[in-house]
Amino acid sequence: MSIAVRDLTVSHDRRPAVHHVSFTLPKGGLLAVVGPNGAGKSTLLRAIAGVQRAEHGHVEAGGRIALLPQQAGMDRAFPLRCRDAVLLGLWAEGGAFGTLRDDGRVADAMAAVGLRGFESRPVASLSTGQFQRLLFARLLLQDAPVILLDEPFNALDARTAADLLGVIRRWHGEGRTICAVLHDLDLVRDEFPHTLLLAREAIAFGPTGEALSAANRLRARSMAEGWDPHAETCARAA
Amino acid sequence: MILDPFIEFGFLRRALVGCLALSLSAPPLGVFLMLRRMSLAGDALSHGMLPGIALAFVLFGLSVPALAVGGLLAGLVLALGAGALARGTGGREDSALAALYLTALAAGVAIISWRGSAVELSQLLFGSVLGVDDAALLLMAGAASATLVFLSFAWRPLVLECFDPAFARAVGLRGSRWHLGFLALVVVNLVAALQAVGTLMAVGLMMLPAIAARHWARGIGGMVAVAVLLALLASIAGLAASARLDVPSGPAIILAAAALWVLSVAFGPVDGMLARLRPHRHLSG
Repeated sequence: MSIAVRDLTVSHDRRPAVHHVSFTLPKGGLLAVVGPNGAGKSTLLRAIAGVQRAEHGHVEAGGRIALLPQQAGMDRAFPLRCRDAVLLGLWAEGGAFGTLRDDGRVADAMAAVGLRGFESRPVASLSTGQFQRLLFARLLLQDAPVILLDEPFNALDARTAADLLGVIRRWHGEGRTICAVLHDLDLVRDEFPHTLLLAREAIAFGPTGEALSAANRLRARSMAEGWDPHAETCARAA
Repeated sequence: MILDPFIEFGFLRRALVGCLALSLSAPPLGVFLMLRRMSLAGDALSHGMLPGIALAFVLFGLSVPALAVGGLLAGLVLALGAGALARGTGGREDSALAALYLTALAAGVAIISWRGSAVELSQLLFGSVLGVDDAALLLMAGAASATLVFLSFAWRPLVLECFDPAFARAVGLRGSRWHLGFLALVVVNLVAALQAVGTLMAVGLMMLPAIAARHWARGIGGMVAVAVLLALLASIAGLAASARLDVPSGPAIILAAAALWVLSVAFGPVDGMLARLRPHRHLSG
């Protein structure tokens, strides 16, 4: 067991964004989380990472979790050099006060995502795609057994996406447990053995071919995106 | 020359020592306030201390410890209250702060007009170098030391909380605790400046050097270093001018800081006006 989600519900203002979702991803699993806009994919990842509080149910992870958040919540104009932003990936070693010993790992991680020579550039000077690579370099440094990726390929050119997909494959080969929110179903079918189809509730979870069947995708698409003004308290609410 | 008044007047030397101490601690806090888009929060906090200071003044007269405790309590209630309200009721922190400080300001003015003379109180709001006694000097030095110790521990958490809050929470950082500790120190620094600069003016020593420093450095470490340097200069020049021209020390120091800010906006190498006007020939790659 590496990620076990049990009857998880996360709400915004009493409206469930993730509604009674359960699944178990074994150690070394490579899972794609797909679903329409507003299906609760990011919320699910944030709840697993402990960024957002679960209202009901619980999450267990078999090891330290590293999260690739969406760029929307970050201050990309913050006056940091790229090297220092990547160095924060060593937080688990140094914490708030300890020394973050670099010993060449930062340069290696930046080179691995194609950011060689970016060390002293301010993060504010990076494009969206370059910034995404910077976040991948930070993830490399985190060296966590469980990795959560929220839309990792957003705004990336084909070559960068291919490079970063290579990083994910390598992590998978190293036996890490990976869970990624994605929109490109062809990519999911080609690269991800398991899929969770989410539409607030778990529509399907299992081998990608079966989870993404036409019937399941139709069910996911028919999720009512709007809020029901007459919704009553959920019968399963604690 | 510029130092002559300090050689001549002992009370001015005391004020200088206190202001130099606060110049080491207040500007770094100002840089973080600016980066958190809270440049006006210090202003709101300083106004919000008024009822505490006014109440202490009515009850105990012009006593530094009493006034400091009163201001500190009112400021802490405001800072922590705004933070707690925003997190507990889901609103924005700046709107909670606005609501609380407007209430506090009105209460403070009501207390003053009910009792006490406005003349003595204006000294508290705008500062008077004559008021820097031993207690005030200890308060200033203590506040500066506490701030520097806190910042040496809080630097990384504050940077991470600001740069990427989701990542900060994912690695287990309790960002809101650091943030509240940070706001508490902002209050402590404003209170410490009570005698020499006045609480309202103290915000100037915190924010003006910080905002000016943006034009001299691109990294946060460089900004803090420049902000401290500018504050030290403003303290020396402001106090000297205050003695020569017979103006209150608070406005004199802040006007000196403002002059440095204007120079920074005009001539600073990072986004300064002159730097922007000068034709730039781009590099080849």
